[in-house]
Amino acid sequence: MSDTVGIVIVSHSQDIAKGTADMVRQMVGSEVKVAFCGGNPDGGLGTSVSLILDAIGSAWSPKGVAILVDLGGAETNSEMAVEMLQPERRNLVVVCNAPIVEGAVMAATEAAGGSSLEQVRAVAEELSAG
Amino acid sequence: MSVQPETLKSLVKAAAEQLIASAPELTALDQAIGDGDHGTNMKRGFEAVLGKLNEIGVQPLDEALKTIGKTLVMTVGGASGPLYGSFFLAAGEAMRSRQLPDDLADVFGSGVGAVSARGRSRPGEKTMLDVLVPVLETLKAEVGRPDLIERIRTTASEAVARTAPMQATKGRASFLGARSVGHVDPGARSSCLLVHAVCNTLEARK
Repeated sequence: MSDTVGIVIVSHSQDIAKGTADMVRQMVGSEVKVAFCGGNPDGGLGTSVSLILDAIGSAWSPKGVAILVDLGGAETNSEMAVEMLQPERRNLVVVCNAPIVEGAVMAATEAAGGSSLEQVRAVAEELSAG
Repeated sequence: MSVQPETLKSLVKAAAEQLIASAPELTALDQAIGDGDHGTNMKRGFEAVLGKLNEIGVQPLDEALKTIGKTLVMTVGGASGPLYGSFFLAAGEAMRSRQLPDDLADVFGSGVGAVSARGRSRPGEKTMLDVLVPVLETLKAEVGRPDLIERIRTTASEAVARTAPMQATKGRASFLGARSVGHVDPGARSSCLLVHAVCNTLEARK
């Protein structure tokens, strides 16, 4: 099996992140690596840079990782996490400007076909183009 | 001028304690126009900073600033973590090649620039930049004046008040549109609290 782009789901709520990941797995299967995280460092609603870094690590693929986020802080913290990656990984991770559930499903579907990171991101972001 | 370990520790301690004590106020402001977590997020971040006070206290200033920044990034849990974290990380990086007090405005300006880049935001959008940028301008214009500390304190207070009539176009408050008008921005307020804590501590040590 050739490598596919990995998907990371980052929500303020762990329940939403997990539920989104469940939907992706049911619709796309297990050929795409999907990792998720939600909650602040205390476990309350919010996001955590270190949990995002862990999720990127577990979804890692040589083809890269696409991150789907819900609200502002999830995006800012994800961008921060990407900057904290080792330099050789930094350019292989993108934060998609797309709705979290639909974006994750679309991105994973595209990734499953072996598409590049840019293609995966473009498909997810079409959802926001309206 | 190099910053003495005791001065550095007292500055960090004062700033952290001020933010922790003000958590209820920041949360109340954020409940009005945001998602109500700014107080608890900043409190968590600065409690973690306080926990590293002894480590920070013996570091050179550039390293100390970076430690503060990294700690906030990893512990705050909201957008303010990367925003404040980027401020301290960039200020620390700038500090490596600069000297205090001559380059203070430069170092502070590097931090402000990082906040602007991280938030893709500019002054006038009802954010912490509406305090940080006026403070930077005062630093640039008034450096060397005997009443610099007093001027900075006043600049910060007046700048927070000016965020009340602004309409938010960045951050969570932007979802409220015109309804964000009339409330002081919580991030602007926390920036002001930090600036005041530093000013008050420096003044007391004079």
